[in-house]
Amino acid sequence: MMFQGEEVKKDFPILNQVVNDEPLIYLDSAATSQKPTAVLTAIETYYKTSNANVHRGVHTLAERATSQYEAARETVRAFIHAKETAEVLFTRGATTSLNWVAKSYGEANVHEGDEIVISYMEHHSNIVPWQQLAKKNKAILKYIELTKDGQLDLTSAKEQITTKTKIVALTHVSNVLGSVNPIAELTQLAHSVGAVMVVDGAQAVPHMAVDVVELGVDFYAFSGHKMLGPTGIGILYGKRALLEVMEPVEYGGEMIDFVYDQDSTWTELPWKFEAGTPNIAGAIGLAASIDYLNQLGMENIHAHETALVTYLLPKLRAIPGLVVYGPTDDASRTGVITFNVDELHPHDLATALDMQGIAVRAGHHCTQPLMRQLGASSTARASVYVYNTKADCDSLVEAILATKEFFNYGLN
Amino acid sequence: MALTRLDQLYRQVILDHSSHPHHHGTLEEATNQVEMNNPTCGDVIELQLNLTDNRIEAIRFSGSGCTISTASASMMTDVVLGKTPKEALALVDQFSLLVQGKEPENLDDLGDAAILSGVAKFPARIRCATLAWKGLEKALATPDETKTNEKE
Repeated sequence: MMFQGEEVKKDFPILNQVVNDEPLIYLDSAATSQKPTAVLTAIETYYKTSNANVHRGVHTLAERATSQYEAARETVRAFIHAKETAEVLFTRGATTSLNWVAKSYGEANVHEGDEIVISYMEHHSNIVPWQQLAKKNKAILKYIELTKDGQLDLTSAKEQITTKTKIVALTHVSNVLGSVNPIAELTQLAHSVGAVMVVDGAQAVPHMAVDVVELGVDFYAFSGHKMLGPTGIGILYGKRALLEVMEPVEYGGEMIDFVYDQDSTWTELPWKFEAGTPNIAGAIGLAASIDYLNQLGMENIHAHETALVTYLLPKLRAIPGLVVYGPTDDASRTGVITFNVDELHPHDLATALDMQGIAVRAGHHCTQPLMRQLGASSTARASVYVYNTKADCDSLVEAILATKEFFNYGLN
Repeated sequence: MALTRLDQLYRQVILDHSSHPHHHGTLEEATNQVEMNNPTCGDVIELQLNLTDNRIEAIRFSGSGCTISTASASMMTDVVLGKTPKEALALVDQFSLLVQGKEPENLDDLGDAAILSGVAKFPARIRCATLAWKGLEKALATPDETKTNEKE
């Protein structure tokens, strides 16, 4: 059953506050989401009742911590429909996940003259690791072009992905344009030339049902903090056959099988990659956030966000001088809206909105190559999530109008 | 509160400088120049100056920026023109104190830039205000063309 943003908002204590003497309206969930009481309670309860190191002790708390940590892994597995928990690695976040793939799989499999294909809509975290890998191994980094309305150009994808391509790394959902890429189709394309498909799902998993097996991807990365979970926890999904032959990126406790004087052997998946004491509370918090999302229902969440953006976009476009970037088919977009207003600099706009209690992002959104494609040095971005309402959208529109008024005539 | 507090940040004189910046453009020949990049917003300011007889004889800036960074650059060029590098660097220090909410010794020396004291109440915007001033510092330190990033 569909939920109401007004009701959901009550589960998020942080949203019930006043900033700059105005009620807070949080429209920056694409940067990080807020956390419901259920997640905060799960973390607090863990520290109050079960805190211990995992996979080490034989005492009761150690057993509790271990079973909760591994139960969290199973919760994640079920959420993304992976075949087995051994394919679900806990990381620090999507950035770490992507770096691991570049460092481990990439350095071993990409050689001089090979190609790595990414696109112009990638976040820096899905550009820089590949750029550095290409530099190190003398490979070639290629970019898939975008269409005029900010979608991945599939003709360009077919041109860029060749028999020399070893890795295709693409975002599932753009953090700027709100466009959704056809990952299943692109994965087939990558596989047809023998390349592996790496997907940055940081902006997808929080907002839509994701099935990694159905998509066919080889690696899939996402972050807990964008999906109502805590910061410092993320996931790297990888196909078992690939993870089995990959070298760990970090070495230390927990990941070893046996340590000799001069060499060591690694333990089995998934722990082979998880050196050191992991973010146990983070994993438990992430599982609680997934439980919360499942209660709302991913289909309902997607429908809720579509309802909000199809309500908000026409109102924004009606503001004189306001330009919205990205796909023109509003119903195909996610809850991310990037825009500019006339000559108003996004930083000035964001400060003015903050004075009216509204949190938006301003800047290049960690996508400098995309900003160059859009011909903008920076933009403003409003992003909605489960706790946003049509009233929030109305407030944003009113606040932008008031800001325009202020900068045009407002100073006395 | 709405937008009333914004007046502290965006006084009319700031908006005047931002919409009609002084010394905006490029010099045909420059003895010192830098490109300053604010990586959080992508703003880039290029600053050029001509040092003759140990004085800033000409100064120009160009590039894109928000109201605060453009106005601050404009005010900076006004106040350092004709100064020696030593005098100009002293003003950079004074301005840095000002936007941190501290009381500079010689507020009047900063000219119109003194009005940017309101920025201190908006910590997220301090770097917008200081970009051009840091550029001046870099330009005076490095006569050759350099490209520098203002790091996080």
